[in-house]
Amino acid sequence: MFSNPDLAKWIFGRLTLDAIPHEPIVIMTFIAVVLGGIAVLGLITYMKWWVPLWRDWVTSVDHKKIGIMYIILAIIMLFRGFADAIMMRIQQAIAFNGNEGYLNSHHYDQIFTAHGVIMIFFVAMPFVTGFMNYVVPLQIGARDVSFPFLNNFSFWMTTAGAIIIMISLFVGEFARTGWLAYPPLSGADYSPGVGVDYYIWGLQVAGVGTTLSGINLIATIVKMRAPGMSFMKMPVFTWTSLCTNILIVATFPILTATLVLLSLDRYVGTNFFTNDLGGNPMMYVNLIWIWGHPEVYILVLPAFGIFSEVVATFSGKRLFGYASMVYATCVIMVLSYLVWLHHFFTMGSGASVNAFFGITTMIISIPTGAKMFNWLFTMYRGRIRYEVPMYWTVGFMVTFVIGGMTGVMLAIPPADFVLHNSLFLIAHFHNVIIGGVLFGLMAGVTYWFPKAFGYKLDPFWGKMSFWFWQIGFFFAFMPLYVLGLMGITRRVSQFEDPSLQIWFIIAACGAGMIAIGIASFVIQLVVSYFKREQLKDVTGDPWNGRTLEWATSSPPPDYNFALTPVVYDHDSWDDMKARGYVRPTEGFRKIHMPKNTGTGAILSGLSVVLAFALIWYIWWLAIVAFVGIIAVSIAHTFNYDRDFYIPVEEVIATEGKRTELLAKQVS
Amino acid sequence: MTMSEINTQTAEKPEFYLTEDHHPENSTNLGFWLYLMSDCLIFAVLFATYAVVGRNYAAGPSPADLFDLKLVAINTAMLLFSSITYGFAMLQMERGAKAETLFWLGITGLFGLAFLGLELYEFYHLIHEGATPQRSAFLSAFFTLVGTHGLHVTFGIIWLITLMVQVSKRGLIPENRRRLMCLSMFWHFLDVVWIGVFSVVYLMGVVG
Amino acid sequence: MPRLLKLVSRLCALAVPLALAGCDMVVMSPSGDIAAQQRDLIVVSVLLMLLIIVPVLFLTLYFAWHYRHSNTKARYEPNWHHSTRLEVVIWSAPLAIIIVLGAITWISTHKLDPYRPLDRLDAERPIPADTKPLEVEVVALDWKWLFFYPEYGIATVNEMAAPVDRPITFKITASSVMNSFYVPALAGMIYAMPGMETKLHAVINKEGVFDGLSANYSGAGFSHMRFKFHGVTNEGFDGWIARVKQNGTALSRDAYLKLEKPSEREPVRYFATVEDGLYSRVLNMCATPGKMCMNEMMHIDMMGGAGVESHENREKLKYDNRHAGEVGHGTGSGMGDTVPATGEPARSEAAPHESHSAPVENNNGTPAPAQLNSN
Repeated sequence: MFSNPDLAKWIFGRLTLDAIPHEPIVIMTFIAVVLGGIAVLGLITYMKWWVPLWRDWVTSVDHKKIGIMYIILAIIMLFRGFADAIMMRIQQAIAFNGNEGYLNSHHYDQIFTAHGVIMIFFVAMPFVTGFMNYVVPLQIGARDVSFPFLNNFSFWMTTAGAIIIMISLFVGEFARTGWLAYPPLSGADYSPGVGVDYYIWGLQVAGVGTTLSGINLIATIVKMRAPGMSFMKMPVFTWTSLCTNILIVATFPILTATLVLLSLDRYVGTNFFTNDLGGNPMMYVNLIWIWGHPEVYILVLPAFGIFSEVVATFSGKRLFGYASMVYATCVIMVLSYLVWLHHFFTMGSGASVNAFFGITTMIISIPTGAKMFNWLFTMYRGRIRYEVPMYWTVGFMVTFVIGGMTGVMLAIPPADFVLHNSLFLIAHFHNVIIGGVLFGLMAGVTYWFPKAFGYKLDPFWGKMSFWFWQIGFFFAFMPLYVLGLMGITRRVSQFEDPSLQIWFIIAACGAGMIAIGIASFVIQLVVSYFKREQLKDVTGDPWNGRTLEWATSSPPPDYNFALTPVVYDHDSWDDMKARGYVRPTEGFRKIHMPKNTGTGAILSGLSVVLAFALIWYIWWLAIVAFVGIIAVSIAHTFNYDRDFYIPVEEVIATEGKRTELLAKQVS
Repeated sequence: MTMSEINTQTAEKPEFYLTEDHHPENSTNLGFWLYLMSDCLIFAVLFATYAVVGRNYAAGPSPADLFDLKLVAINTAMLLFSSITYGFAMLQMERGAKAETLFWLGITGLFGLAFLGLELYEFYHLIHEGATPQRSAFLSAFFTLVGTHGLHVTFGIIWLITLMVQVSKRGLIPENRRRLMCLSMFWHFLDVVWIGVFSVVYLMGVVG
Repeated sequence: MPRLLKLVSRLCALAVPLALAGCDMVVMSPSGDIAAQQRDLIVVSVLLMLLIIVPVLFLTLYFAWHYRHSNTKARYEPNWHHSTRLEVVIWSAPLAIIIVLGAITWISTHKLDPYRPLDRLDAERPIPADTKPLEVEVVALDWKWLFFYPEYGIATVNEMAAPVDRPITFKITASSVMNSFYVPALAGMIYAMPGMETKLHAVINKEGVFDGLSANYSGAGFSHMRFKFHGVTNEGFDGWIARVKQNGTALSRDAYLKLEKPSEREPVRYFATVEDGLYSRVLNMCATPGKMCMNEMMHIDMMGGAGVESHENREKLKYDNRHAGEVGHGTGSGMGDTVPATGEPARSEAAPHESHSAPVENNNGTPAPAQLNSN
């Protein structure tokens, strides 16, 4: 198209038509995505949804809507991440006896990298953040988070990161380095393509969102609690959220700085992590795991919080050992900083260093074990209702202890020497991440769904989803434990020993069952939508809940609570019910609320452009986008008109409607 | 309503909700502190990196060969003065004197610019000598640490100018006072970081 | 007791595949003493933890079943939420196990430190007084393994042998990126890192052919970065050495530089002679002519650097030279690779695509005497 190559290079950087992949799988996916995208856009246009979509969702600063959007993002990305998992399982199940499988290393290596990155950063993280956003303000009786605009901005930055990663599927390639991109392999010399740059910018953009949302939620929890809610009266989920967000604020900057150093190596030619000129690749491994290990607890602590809420609610009982639960959470938070080296005992750090980090790692299992006992004794002398969230919880308790046990095995340095980087390790962390984090998130979805949408999820499909996940998990990962003990290591795309094949086939079947579990979840959403009248929750308290979020209607009004609740005890809603709480029907006042703004979405869009330009060396576009970001940010600060009042009439009308509904329910 | 007014002991059926508006404490200060701490961690990583590779000269120049302590001392003075003048601006803000506040903010900005100018001169001089960020891990870490600080100062100045415009347009309204307070924390934070840079990089590099 | 049955059947379900696989679970039935001790550690730690895991699993299932909603006979105490005695138990039980495990960890980590020379051949036999360990220098290349036997002056690719019951001292490094040296039957893994040397002490107690591999992902050819480890008798070992000497070629620096180029599924190769100090040059990243050795650089740095007038050292210290776009990365390249943002020529472009054989040259071809490796 351009006769002048210099001009083309100036305009397009290193982006050429060759960057569009030609492989059939990718092309098919691309066509499917384009068709799906056109269908969705067409539907939105046809239904005239653009304006409400922009007005009520994209620009929304309502923590509830943002929370829901986070979770939708996570579920969409789960499909992508899981597709990668299935592809790996199929490849490993067939690549035997000289059969190279259907993925060459170029593809396979991208897939395992993408799988890890997407599952951690764009499934687990937004899922967890979504729950914290949705639930925490409700649990502490607040109207919104401390910084509502920042919340909207954080969400859109996370989405921007996800978009950047998704673009890599269709334009260029993704990193072939493993999900933590160890240099020197991820340096400019060994990975000169755009893959690692997609990785860096995707994570950097999303990381901004994550850090800011962490700051926001800490401020919210510390400053916005309802009167009377001292720290030791906070719901456990709020406690775990607080610890998680402290971890986020205290670790994500480390990831950001580390990736900045890596990108300087790649873009400017500095020598932090190169072999050249005094660089030190081991420093990267240390830095990234100083972020990376707390990250694991960032994911699992909120899941622990969800289980605590669920187990207390469905056992119809106060949580056993609230105080020790809180202390255990805090101890885990602190200790999670002192264990990072266990990810590379095999680097040869010396026996005392290894032993120190091995023992600190084991110490973490003490508070974790205490938590497990606390859940156990919450069930003890309870009256357990087996709703779907409780299935996930019991499934978690059984699965997670196995993962915990294998984790402690890996914490013994000499044992780690034979298990490190093996499929045993893979089985271990999937055991804790699926059995811990994912089960918790699924429990949370079924638990809080009626709060968010006003109707319960269909229990039959929920149980189907649970059983397929649970059994599929055992089939998918127990073989990997065995393979690990057979000395098989991770990230291998082809095998020589035919006796291994049967295990990989079993694992692939397990992955297939998990796929059915995911499908059941989707069916559950659809079925429940159609049965929403039947499954309706009018009371706002479908599970006989114990914390404040159940005190308001389902879904809650924009302002959450017409009158701010006053707290006397933990399990405050249960306490209120016990003391004969009567819902207020008068005395309402106008309510001060933050205004919606499109700035977050615009900044996020510009960030995608900036990242894309940087990835492809389109310098002029990068400058334009960067200046645009600064300009939009400054312009935003000139807008002083950021709040409004919901008039008292509107509050009275909303609450009046609810009074009517509740009255109908009783009669 | 404060806790003392809520009597938990006696009331069997206590007040379950506030009848007046609930005004939680403003979170901006805490939020901004948290942000500063997260930024502090970025610097911590850069300092740690400098500590690890700061002596990897790659058979090239070392701090003693490169740094001109006199220049850096002047530079440090600029930044310290700017912190003081920002303090004056805040005092004027407390008094509600808009013009004086703007004056001292302007002086602060000029000191900041002088600091940046000297830093850029130093960088130019180093690069001219062949001591580029690509030359060795030590220089990579040096340029990144000092450069990141400089970048922060640059953004601080942009922010300062923005705020000056806003103060002159809208006066010392509560929003602007809050923003001036945040920038004040940011500015002093950069000062503290610079003291760390000055001691660890320059002093220990040349003397130690 | 249906719940007990459930538990037992669950355990069986776990145990059966384990038993089935018993025969080829190399980690659980290794052939070297170090790996055997590591295996014992796994077994001991699992048994210790089962002390607490089994009751927890049992109680979980029992409570979950017994306190179900429909069982109205079970006690229900909605406000029972604290018991100091129970709290003490639930914190101290894991603590007790961790104290024991922690002690085991501290001792075993020191005892099985890969840097520590062996003090026994296996559980029954100490090391005979006159034994000299076999020294093997291992280099992880782009996607094959190179083994130097300094005592015998030979080197091999993707195959190594060691006599049974003779301690082996491995010195391990890599040429470009991080790998991990792992022979599951022999001993645990240890990273192989460029410009650095890690060590591993081990001994093989049984004859046989065992798998060795890289356990840390290192790029396109990683899946096939495997070798065979032959545990042989003393006579067998002598025979193997003789065979290498007989069939091998010479491993000069040039030959090494050719070998170092990325390649996959490299066949076994023998080298009957090895140029003096080659391993040390590889370790110090200066096998390529004109490069400054890392130890030299570190020495200069320790003495306070080489001053401002040291521009010529810069090129000599650029080691990274794997042609990422060249081998194995070929598919789908063209995505803007080899256009580094810095604008300076990619270090990897120093060797143009066509000239595979040409070692990476720089404008300063002859190394200054001071920069030669000191040995």
